[in-house]
Amino acid sequence: MTTETNTPLIRTEKLTHTYSAGTPFERVAVCDIDFEAAKGECIGIIGHTGSGKSTFIQHLNGLLKPTSGRVFFDGRELYETKGYAREVRFKVGLVFQYPEYQLFESSLYDDIAFGPKNMGLKEAEIRDRVHEAAGFALLEEELLSKSPFELSGGQKRRAAIAGVIAMRPEVLILDEPTAGLDPRGRDEIIANILSYKEARGATVIMVTHNMEEIARTVERIVLFEDGAVAMDGTPASVFSRSEELEAMGLTAPVAALVARRLRALGVPLDDGVYTIPQLKSALVALMDTSGGLACPEI
Amino acid sequence: MPRDITLGQYFPGQTVVHRLDPRVKLVLMIVYISALFVAKGLAGYIIMIAVLTSCLALSRLKLRTALRGLRGIVIIIALTAILNIFLTGETVLLKFWVFTITKEGLIAGAAMAGRLIMLIVGSFLLTYTTSPIALTDGLEKLLGPLKKIRAPIHELALMMSIALRFIPTLMEETNKIISAQKARGADFETGGLLKRAKAIIPIVIPLFISAFRRADELAVAMESRCYHGGEGRTRMKPLKTAGRDYAALACGACVLAAVIVLEALKVWPLI
Repeated sequence: MTTETNTPLIRTEKLTHTYSAGTPFERVAVCDIDFEAAKGECIGIIGHTGSGKSTFIQHLNGLLKPTSGRVFFDGRELYETKGYAREVRFKVGLVFQYPEYQLFESSLYDDIAFGPKNMGLKEAEIRDRVHEAAGFALLEEELLSKSPFELSGGQKRRAAIAGVIAMRPEVLILDEPTAGLDPRGRDEIIANILSYKEARGATVIMVTHNMEEIARTVERIVLFEDGAVAMDGTPASVFSRSEELEAMGLTAPVAALVARRLRALGVPLDDGVYTIPQLKSALVALMDTSGGLACPEI
Repeated sequence: MPRDITLGQYFPGQTVVHRLDPRVKLVLMIVYISALFVAKGLAGYIIMIAVLTSCLALSRLKLRTALRGLRGIVIIIALTAILNIFLTGETVLLKFWVFTITKEGLIAGAAMAGRLIMLIVGSFLLTYTTSPIALTDGLEKLLGPLKKIRAPIHELALMMSIALRFIPTLMEETNKIISAQKARGADFETGGLLKRAKAIIPIVIPLFISAFRRADELAVAMESRCYHGGEGRTRMKPLKTAGRDYAALACGACVLAAVIVLEALKVWPLI
């Protein structure tokens, strides 16, 4: 296992994509991206709208072909042998933004089974996978026979994610999986994704605008800016640069901002504080050692 | 898969042709087509070619762009020309097996092909230099008098503009759905006819649902802005005719008159 975690599962090399190349509408979406993701990693991708995140992730399962540069899965180049890109499509599950708009079957069961069916699996195997995926997505058995269009918004979203999970991808990539949901719906989705990751040891890559969510969920953050990777590191290291984030039109989680303000007032807080529990325990520790906050200005 | 579709092939620009009132352009289009069909002699053809080339020059369109519209109907033009060459005329020039080529046939074929080419290039000139929205506006105004007999002109024009407005949106939506289903392993490229037809279902159903959803949202948005049809409605950009519009109409009238007179006098007949 230790060797496995060291070799990247997905790797891109100088990945560049240009839309409408050779026309007046030409636009470089991503440029020279070198990226690696190891097995079992949980990565968050953040960045402005139009910074190239969505274009980038569509290369990881071969939906988009790089204009130049290469994409590797499991050490093999996607376009090296014919048919490998299609094979990878099942191993790298990609959930698009608002995936509930792709539901089309007459029953939820059939919709979740669409991916496994395309993989050419046997009926019994498909049934197993549909039930397992529905389990991860917390969709009750009796919902499976219903039309997907009868479900609630949150259920539809979870059903669409289950449709990808049913392919048992080794890498699960999600583009804004929680956009447009209420807080409870958001929590449920994140819990579903994490339970799949735990159970299967899968790599998870999540694009999001929600900093609080990313702070709670991921162990590494990649920041896109103008089609290039501007930062890549632990949440602590990325969120400690909150001024830079703001300059890019992004923001750090509330806890990181509070910590920054407190530091400015002279409270000796660590740089790596970015979640509310961390902030709380750091402050409690300070109070314990000094018997009250030793800060004259507060 | 379709991407980058330029709808109506409109090329924005600031030339005289672009700035003409769309109503005037539509009327001139009708005049141009009539003249084209009246013109039968060499003199008529020369005038029409001159009109078309000067319009193209004024609009600063590249010749290649203008001719691109012909790609789709090249077969029809060729077929018309060939039928004319083989099936008409008396003065035999060449004869082999069952085919006879006559002088009249050759001329008629060339003339017919020329007329079709000019017809297509001319109408493409209209769509190249007029935005679809301006065209519908012009059409609505021109057909305005028909409202008197309760023809739903405004509604038709509105439907046309909404359809035009939503084509790019639905195009984008289709691409998204295709990608999403591909990510679940959908395969649109291989298999027999039946398999391919079936492969469309996962695209068409979500697309229809989304189109209906958008239609519903649009209707609510329009109603909440108190939209109630064409009656008493003003425009943000009212169509205004300028001097150049009258000049263009006058030119159009002159060309049509000239062609009619030349035909009536049978100046330089082709056959």
